[in-house]
Amino acid sequence: MSEHSVTRRDILRTLAVSAVGGSVLQVIPAKAAEFAHQAVHNEKSASPAGKYVPKYFPSHQYEMLITLCDTIIPKDEKSGGAVEAGAPEFIDLLTSENEEWQVALGGGLQWLDSFCSDRYSNVFLDCTPAQRKEVLDLIAFRKNAKQDSSLNQGVAYFAFLRRLTCDGFYTSKIGIEDLQYIGNTALREFPGCPPLPEA
Amino acid sequence: MSQVIRSPKMYDVCVIGSGAGGGTAAKILTEGGLSVALLEAGPPVYPEKDFKMLMWPYELPHRGIGVGGRAAENFGEFLAPNGAWQIEGEPYTSAPGSNFQWFRSRIVGGRTNHWGRIALRFAPIDFKSATRDGLGDDWPISYDDLSPYYDKVESYIGVFGTHENVSSAPDGMFLPPPKPRCTDLIVKKACDKIGVICIPSRLAILTKSVNGRLPCHYCGQCGRGCVTASNFSSSQVMIPPAMKTGQLTMITGAMAREVLLGKDGKAEGVSYIDKATRTEKRVNARAVVLSASACESARLLLNSKSAQFPNGLANSSGAVGRYLTDSVGSDGWGIIPQLEKMPPHNHDGVGGMHMYIPWWKFDRKNDFPRGYHIEFGGGRDMPGVGEFNDLLHEEEGYGATLKKRARQTYGTGIGMAGRGEMIPNPDTYCEIDPNVVDKWGIPVLRFHFKWSEYEIRQAKDMQETFRAIIEAAGGEYKTKTPLNGERPFGIAEGGKIIHEVGTARMGADPKSSVLNGFCQAHDVKNVFVMDGAPLVTNPDKNPTLTIMALAWRASEYLLDEAKKGNL
Repeated sequence: MSEHSVTRRDILRTLAVSAVGGSVLQVIPAKAAEFAHQAVHNEKSASPAGKYVPKYFPSHQYEMLITLCDTIIPKDEKSGGAVEAGAPEFIDLLTSENEEWQVALGGGLQWLDSFCSDRYSNVFLDCTPAQRKEVLDLIAFRKNAKQDSSLNQGVAYFAFLRRLTCDGFYTSKIGIEDLQYIGNTALREFPGCPPLPEA
Repeated sequence: MSQVIRSPKMYDVCVIGSGAGGGTAAKILTEGGLSVALLEAGPPVYPEKDFKMLMWPYELPHRGIGVGGRAAENFGEFLAPNGAWQIEGEPYTSAPGSNFQWFRSRIVGGRTNHWGRIALRFAPIDFKSATRDGLGDDWPISYDDLSPYYDKVESYIGVFGTHENVSSAPDGMFLPPPKPRCTDLIVKKACDKIGVICIPSRLAILTKSVNGRLPCHYCGQCGRGCVTASNFSSSQVMIPPAMKTGQLTMITGAMAREVLLGKDGKAEGVSYIDKATRTEKRVNARAVVLSASACESARLLLNSKSAQFPNGLANSSGAVGRYLTDSVGSDGWGIIPQLEKMPPHNHDGVGGMHMYIPWWKFDRKNDFPRGYHIEFGGGRDMPGVGEFNDLLHEEEGYGATLKKRARQTYGTGIGMAGRGEMIPNPDTYCEIDPNVVDKWGIPVLRFHFKWSEYEIRQAKDMQETFRAIIEAAGGEYKTKTPLNGERPFGIAEGGKIIHEVGTARMGADPKSSVLNGFCQAHDVKNVFVMDGAPLVTNPDKNPTLTIMALAWRASEYLLDEAKKGNL
């Protein structure tokens, strides 16, 4: 056994002991906590080719999901996009555990392919960028469904996907940094509000 | 008979439930020299393992909303364990036409592990409000009776606040408050403009070390549970000193079924289901304290039937389960453009509001009785699931524009929540459902719930006030509430504010109340109820501090009576 595995075992054991001991004034040794997080991260990246294996969506639908997430929150000059932030993984994992979401999202992706086939004789992924944009511009706004009720399902589905994509993005490290949230840390004193700009 | 496993040991007191009331009772009684068996329906809590302090959403695979997104309904998976609106195998029912939501916690410390830490004293007038407006009943005790116990509780658990001399919100033994957040400064200025009182809040969070507990480290996450016990929870602050006396026997996974009555007309113990083995067990005790939460304690009394008490133990008045109230709740929010210009900064603070609005219209005639307080928050909190739901609903679209708008609007919202007093009414109560038992074989509660015009008018006033404050702050009020329907003016469903109390109320008259002023049953001298059930009214103050002050006072009385041999 390498020195590494001994260290790992020891640290995880320390962690377990302090948890079961239940002494309320102890904190998890920072080193042990850091190590535990790192271990999780390492195990993830050790999976085949470091790639997430979808738990619910078949590969062509998962590819659609990736494309849509990327369109909803793209990379820009300030930060990465929803795909880099892990939104498709987040959505796939939760969908695999929730039958209602399976109907809403699985059915929604199917709807999108059928809609594109009818309109452009191609499934969504085989459409041109201009065609894709045309479809999304239709289903991204409720007012379009008011004029054309055949868009109802598409609009509802896209609103749900947009919400989940934002949830996935803005709970990621990239998304939280994009918003410039500062905190989640221990302070000796709370500094209060910096000088308020004029109203 | 031989199926029941009997413990030969005789305890001085059996306390049922380890939350705010039960934890306080366990501490005072054991420190007073009594032996206590504490029954808790849930498991022990291990802060280092169970609390998610300082974790980021992306450190959880479900980003805080649990398997299949389902934990979102129970405030998310960041919250300290272990409460839910529905517990598997432990149902409750609502009568036709009623919709009551019952939040229960099954874990050592109960709901104090994750509660809002809002620690407000009831005011002198709150104990005598029937005398003032003719509605409901007065308490059998006064503010002066309880005030020394508020002092004791505050000094022991640690509550920050300031002396303000507002008659609806009595001052207490306070630690210094934290500095205001930007959102506080903006709301305070707006309130000053329109004549609304806005003062530092009173929360059970340490801004200085108390009894060896470390002061707050301002991560803003009290609801997740605090590994350093810098905020109050029964599991971390009441139970440890009780344990230290060597007089406390904690029995977890113990679902109390019945308080057992002896031939002498006194309680002689508690029968419970040991969840791990699914066997019936029994604790013998010279006195019994019910602290299982207002409705759970009522359920236990109603299920404890005997020849002497065919309608439930200590229920000769028929008042058990009656006089149920929750706080009136209505919420709203607005956007404050001024906040868009704030530079990024640490806004976390303590886990809860730094300032609040106590009831301020006590000096005038209103078109509803009693009053409400307003809690508010917002600003640059840690982003979480649902962060931009409102923006997405309003602006729709996608792509670079959406991303830019999210950046722009992040941290600019201020949310407000009114919490007001409900008047008990004859259509609101709980009783045993004759047709349903839970998986432990124990008959469950059926709820009846109805808001009256009083509460609906109060919710209307809340909405108008929220709008006035947001607009005075130069903001745009966003919430739209219906004028009628099931939730006029956004009034919350019964139970949703999780301040359900009153189901075994105290009173001077044994014909209309269950307990005397010391939380002692009129009918059975060695039975006490120490949780939200004894409350005669549910004023515009969150009940936890009062539950603890009542439990402290009742426990001292119990000690005294035990010494005199009166139990």
